[in-house]
Amino acid sequence: MMKETSLLHKPMSDVLIDHPYVEDFLTSFGLVVKPGTDSLQHYLDNLDPDNLEDLGVNAKQLRQSLDDFLEGMLAISDPMDEVKALTIIGGHDKSGKAENLELTLKPGEVICIVGPTGSGKSRLLADIEWVAQGDTPTRRKILINGQVPDSKWRFSTEYKLVAQLSQNMNFVMDLSAEEFIRMHAESRLVTNPEEKVAQILKQANELAGETFAPDTPVTSLSGGQSRALMIADMAILSKSPIALIDEIENAGIDRKKALDLLVQEEKIILMATHDPILALMGDRRLVIKNGGIDKIIESSEAERKNLVSLEKLDNKLLALRNRIRTGDTLENIEGV
Amino acid sequence: MRFLTISGPPSSGKTSVILRVIEALQDRKKKIGVVKFDCLLTDDDKLYAQKGVLVKKGLSGALCPDHYFVSNIESCVTWGHENSCEYLISESAGLCNRCSPHIKEITAVCVIDNLSGIGTPKKIGPMLKSADIVIITKGDIVSQAEREVFASRVKQVNPGAIIMNVNGITGQGAFELTSLFEEASDIETLKGKELRFSMPSALCSYCLGETRIGEEHQMGNIRKMDFQEGSA
Repeated sequence: MMKETSLLHKPMSDVLIDHPYVEDFLTSFGLVVKPGTDSLQHYLDNLDPDNLEDLGVNAKQLRQSLDDFLEGMLAISDPMDEVKALTIIGGHDKSGKAENLELTLKPGEVICIVGPTGSGKSRLLADIEWVAQGDTPTRRKILINGQVPDSKWRFSTEYKLVAQLSQNMNFVMDLSAEEFIRMHAESRLVTNPEEKVAQILKQANELAGETFAPDTPVTSLSGGQSRALMIADMAILSKSPIALIDEIENAGIDRKKALDLLVQEEKIILMATHDPILALMGDRRLVIKNGGIDKIIESSEAERKNLVSLEKLDNKLLALRNRIRTGDTLENIEGV
Repeated sequence: MRFLTISGPPSSGKTSVILRVIEALQDRKKKIGVVKFDCLLTDDDKLYAQKGVLVKKGLSGALCPDHYFVSNIESCVTWGHENSCEYLISESAGLCNRCSPHIKEITAVCVIDNLSGIGTPKKIGPMLKSADIVIITKGDIVSQAEREVFASRVKQVNPGAIIMNVNGITGQGAFELTSLFEEASDIETLKGKELRFSMPSALCSYCLGETRIGEEHQMGNIRKMDFQEGSA
């Protein structure tokens, strides 16, 4: 609040330079902003009530919104609480059978979630996102750093516990890849947006099978390129300590590099997947059955050995895919 | 009786979200009533009836839909109370962006969708800007980054609201939203209550059925555009 009060008494010109989001806020209400020596407080006090009514707002409500907005904005720059451990305390499955488990996940770990459609994978992910406290249908409890977490995790848009990478990667915004990532960076108020934007585009191009230029419209990116862009964006821009991934499709993206990138950023990664390679890259697999966690499989040494031959198999298919792409035939596939 | 006003642009997913919440409330054995406001026609009342909730439909026809809303909502609340509803939900579309059905001290919800474009939040007036809870729908169709950018635009125009992503098709987020409904305003009547914001007004010849175009036919509360050079 202190920071905010002093901001109100600064001349408008200084406010607009130091806190450009104040201009975005005021113009999004349809107000005209001009730099000047008068204070922000003076500007607010002298708004024409009739004009405000036309804009669908009144002075009191505008002031309340500005207070809330500044409070949120000034909080974004505060460091986020570090999440060193996420604990899932079991509830019960759909028939009421107890899960009997207490599972602690640490940053840099990759946990796969497996089970047929409708088995309750989404509910588990939702329980984590909601930091459930026995108040969801599964009665699970989620602890952060071994404690019942602050309820701010539930509703705050600044402190989102979980960033979710859904299977669907469509874009609807009419922007280039660079503009889009810049807009995202600005909404997160990062200190050096240009640097972050360049870093994300570079990473995305390293992950994507086919490279793309920064000025490519997001709506023309291929499926693989979109996924690569979103994974790089999540790794570099998102402050959320937990990444939920709903399957990384095996097309046009280096999935191993993608996972490594997220692991490097010290995130806890939960991934719903049935892909054998991704599943074996994980440290553990949670098997979901009838709405509950039925068992936990640690990736074994034997499994990891098999990963090598699975990757060979995968590369074979990839090579064949490339032959199709380049107009080659598959009449002779020996020696691939 | 817990009462909430739910509004949002046409086709933003209001009905789907409400249906998902109804399912979650019915799991908790609650008696629910819905009032659906629309202009010319709606079949949504049948969707609600299928769920076995008490439903009332109000069509404004030739009248301004929000003026129609405010002239009827008190009776709707009485109706819900007399039928011993534990929850009453009013659903109405905000058609001109300057309207808002939200009432002081009554939990106000606005539903808006990710596909409507990042310029949309600032275009919507008090319906969004004065809501207590903002639900963003159709999140499964866009990327995480787009969801975040869109939510930040909503936050910019209504920083005090609880902003939630809810999927009207899969129901993701509906359970969590329902827990907010459990804390909604608890009332028996709207007597003495006030709208959060005045409704757009006009009292001119066209309100009274005039159809002819031209200065000589215009009477009452008329406002003219500025065509002088330099004006926007």
